[in-house]
Amino acid sequence: MSLLSIETLSLAIHGTPILKGISLEIAEGEITALTGESGSGKSMTAFATMGLLPKGVTTTGAITFDGENLLSLPEPQMCDLRGREIGMVFQEPMTALNPVQTIGAQVMETILIHKAMAPDRAEKRAREVLGRVGLPPDRFPLSRYPHELSGGQRQRVIIAMAIALRPRLLIADEPTTALDVTTQAQILDLLKRLVKEDGMALMMITHDLAVVSDMAHTLNVMRQGEIVEAGPTSEVLREMRHPYTRQLFEASRHQADLGAARAAAPLLSVRNVSRDYPLPRTSLFGARPMFQAVKNVSFDIKRGERVGLVGESGCGKSTLTRAILGLEPTQGGQITLDGDPVWQDGHANLTVRRKMQVVFQDPYGSFNPRHRVARLITEPFHLLPDPPKGAARDTAIAKALSAVGLKPEDADRHIHAFSGGQRQRIAIARALIIKPDLIVFDEAVSALDVRVRAQILDLMADLSRAYGLTYLFISHDLSVVRSITDRVMVMRAGEIVEDRATAEIYAAPDHPYTRELMNAAPQLPDFPEAQDAPHPAL
Amino acid sequence: MLGYIVKRLISLAISLIVASVVIFVVVEIAPGDPASFMLGINAQPDTVAALRTELGLDQSKFDRYLSWVGGMLTGDFGTSYTYRTPVAQMIVDRMWVSLPLALFALTLSTLIAFPAGIFAAARRGGPGDLAVTGATQLGVAIPNFWFAMMLVLIFAIQLRWFSAGGFPGWEKGFWGGMKALTLPAIALALPQAAILTRVMRSSLLDILGEDFMRTARAKGLSARQALWRHGLRNALIPVLTIIGLQFAFLLAGAIIIEQVFFLPGLGRLIFQAITQRDLIVVESVVMLLVFAVIMVNFLVDLAYAAVDPRLRTRV
Amino acid sequence: MSRNLILGGLLTSVFVVAALLSFVWTPDSVEAMNITNRLKPPSANNLLGTDHFGRDILSMLMVGARTSIAVALVAVGIGMGLGVPLGLAAAARRGGMLDEVIMRMNDLIFAFPSLVIAILITAVFGPSATNAIIAIGIFNIPVFARITRGAALSLWKREFIMAAQVSGKTRTRISVEHILPNVANLLIVQGTIQFSLGILAEAGLSYVGLGAQPPIPSWGRMLADAQTMVSLAPHVALIPGLTIVAMVLGLNLLGDGLRDALDPRLKVVRA
Repeated sequence: MSLLSIETLSLAIHGTPILKGISLEIAEGEITALTGESGSGKSMTAFATMGLLPKGVTTTGAITFDGENLLSLPEPQMCDLRGREIGMVFQEPMTALNPVQTIGAQVMETILIHKAMAPDRAEKRAREVLGRVGLPPDRFPLSRYPHELSGGQRQRVIIAMAIALRPRLLIADEPTTALDVTTQAQILDLLKRLVKEDGMALMMITHDLAVVSDMAHTLNVMRQGEIVEAGPTSEVLREMRHPYTRQLFEASRHQADLGAARAAAPLLSVRNVSRDYPLPRTSLFGARPMFQAVKNVSFDIKRGERVGLVGESGCGKSTLTRAILGLEPTQGGQITLDGDPVWQDGHANLTVRRKMQVVFQDPYGSFNPRHRVARLITEPFHLLPDPPKGAARDTAIAKALSAVGLKPEDADRHIHAFSGGQRQRIAIARALIIKPDLIVFDEAVSALDVRVRAQILDLMADLSRAYGLTYLFISHDLSVVRSITDRVMVMRAGEIVEDRATAEIYAAPDHPYTRELMNAAPQLPDFPEAQDAPHPAL
Repeated sequence: MLGYIVKRLISLAISLIVASVVIFVVVEIAPGDPASFMLGINAQPDTVAALRTELGLDQSKFDRYLSWVGGMLTGDFGTSYTYRTPVAQMIVDRMWVSLPLALFALTLSTLIAFPAGIFAAARRGGPGDLAVTGATQLGVAIPNFWFAMMLVLIFAIQLRWFSAGGFPGWEKGFWGGMKALTLPAIALALPQAAILTRVMRSSLLDILGEDFMRTARAKGLSARQALWRHGLRNALIPVLTIIGLQFAFLLAGAIIIEQVFFLPGLGRLIFQAITQRDLIVVESVVMLLVFAVIMVNFLVDLAYAAVDPRLRTRV
Repeated sequence: MSRNLILGGLLTSVFVVAALLSFVWTPDSVEAMNITNRLKPPSANNLLGTDHFGRDILSMLMVGARTSIAVALVAVGIGMGLGVPLGLAAAARRGGMLDEVIMRMNDLIFAFPSLVIAILITAVFGPSATNAIIAIGIFNIPVFARITRGAALSLWKREFIMAAQVSGKTRTRISVEHILPNVANLLIVQGTIQFSLGILAEAGLSYVGLGAQPPIPSWGRMLADAQTMVSLAPHVALIPGLTIVAMVLGLNLLGDGLRDALDPRLKVVRA
């Protein structure tokens, strides 16, 4: 008999159905993945199992854990179960720990709240369990506070809290989504190891098919509150009986059609650029220590080239981007576009800015919520000495909207009427409207669901082919960059460690760090049709 | 941690210096010569001149500022223009009423607000919450001096449990003094308690929405345990700010309440001084109040560091 | 519309209308003293009774509302007019000299409670309604500067502001065009709260004689005059007090209602 069995679970928030009769089983020692796009109801399934549903939620069906229906279990018993029998790991390690308590106290609390052992033994156990998750007590004493740890380390603390009492079921809700790719790989390895050592069941929730493809025994593909396909992972990925699974799979490895690589004269030139930031003072009277975020970086981008800039958080790519956009001055070197410096006499050079536009990551945050689309996308007209007015302005708006696959009538609507993907289209329209030479995409598809992402990547490729645009594509995600660039630069600790053609770098990465990144990145199996798809290795 | 304290101390010193300059300059602008005012219109010019020398009014403004500040640092607040007695002694006498009153009120306000705020937050949206929120809504709308009058009307005039005003002095016994301060402290405390309750409640509710509260629940803490163990200390940070601000309001508010209850505190002193144009007293009492506010803010900053470990590692 | 908004709006409008009406009509003259008719409880002749000079309390309250509202409104105007631009400027150059100076000045003003400012001003220039306005207004400046700066800082991190920067707009222009409209809701709600605090502060100042001077009627002084009469005729203290409570309550409800209607997550300050 399985440890956890969910039977025709339906769930509604204030009458709006979120889950529509899902059923699944998890056995001890087994990793079961729930995957799907945002809004598919995968996180709600986890919270229903934990009995931590928000107010106003109604449920039908049954969640049976070890013979007991959790949905009808009284709260005190549920409290007893949580943390002892069922542990949970969350998406946001930066906020999931109490900032004013030491990590030791927080790990020990799991043990003490269940009165599982005496305080001195609990302390010993806390040390042990932190050691198990890769935070040895000699380097990470119990007296550390969360803010003294990195995101990956905090996630390890949270895992330690969840497994301190060796629960039989661990629920991990997007445990690596907020982490860098190398950290993600370590955390996934840790989870696999713990499952194997403790023989517990793991319910793994993720939007990323690649993350679970070589890890989960069973895969449940969810869409809009239903499980559309379920079965052993290798089988699901090999057969992909449901078209939605196939769409997800294909969108994840989508390759946009860039057309032939073009190479002409250099457009953007970055020469020996350095960016320094003052750090908080460490002593009261000494000079403020400086942090060099970008160290003497040089590269060129030729007109028509599509170049990727890849690196993990804190590598300096955002800082470099801000300098290229002329939002901040550099402390050394020069950045020129078409021969003109982007920063001149203490402020951004407007003639250069006219030739350069940017698309940001957050489709919700990159528009003033109070303005209509027409006003939003014509904002770059401020850069022009003689911006189009009247009919010419309307034509420009209509053309830009049509170019990104929207209708000219959309100009009169407010931004909140559009979905995330449509908003990124509007952001691209805003970038296109003054016909720039270079468009910088700053994590422009990172916040999108995989199928929408594929569409936006196609749009970018189409536009580049049609208008001969030059792209600088900044991302933390190797697979996305691969699909949209001719050339890739890998950045680490303020330096560009590798800079080669996309095909070459993915075929044979040169620098050890590039190799590390590639190995860490979760991969979908290459040929889903192949009969010899490997069984998930633990 | 030491760096944090030193940095706060430096900013404290700067605030005090700037505040003293502002007060000195404002009082300097005051029209009229204190010496002529004290001696009346019939005074002889040479008597006025003698008095000016005695009061130090003939020195340059800068010298007078320095001697004022220097005097305060050594406990010499100058001599009252009206009473010709040391200002320091007058202030010390009055402080024995005003300071206990403010502290009494602050204690009351905190003792009411903490339980009420926690009670309401834990029952968000329920009848208990609505009752507390409604009461605080009314509480913040009541002017404390009017509330004081109503307390006098009920407890002093009707029920005769307390006297309607005045202060017997501490030398007549501690409890007598406390009794005289009880109604004033309640009048001061209740409107402040209403504000503090609201802050406590909303701060807790903010914290209840944090990710780490969900983590706590996932560990097996009940909603109540999570609130007490993880919510409270985090919610305390904004609450501390308000307590610090409130102390300033209580000291200043005490000035008005002292009028209602005829208490011989700093408030009465300052109003007498204003009517008699005894500017050196006004100047010194105002400086003292501002000093108290700045000191309390400094203590609040230290309390932050005690509550929030993130501040300790920063300089 | 929420209950708060309706109730608060109604209460507030009653006082505003009464204050405006008092310019053209009051039930009785506020100057006519009639000692034989003094300290009368509410009756058909004097709906809210008479004070120790035999003046009609309702009429006094109507005219007094003028003073209260005028003082509080102008004080909010001063606070907003100076505080909001300062807050915007500080946020536009976060961490710069200007930011530092503005914030330190704010801290300094915060060290002077409004009553202390009023005492200082009165000590020098003598008591008057104008000085009450200045005292309350000065105290409002850092309140508005601080909340504007706080809200603006989080907006400056948003991508639409960066997009505007890339579009070549200056920081001043972005502050006016993008930041200000997006903090407007917050300012409206905070403005309502400061208005209610202004009413309370004005009452307190005129109660101790630092506000409007006779013969201008004011709620605070009505209470001061009532103090010695409270045992003889409780209504002379009760009615003006309840009037202040109702006005302040109305404004607070209005503020809460506006916040709920505009954006429940607004971070207003109440101290």
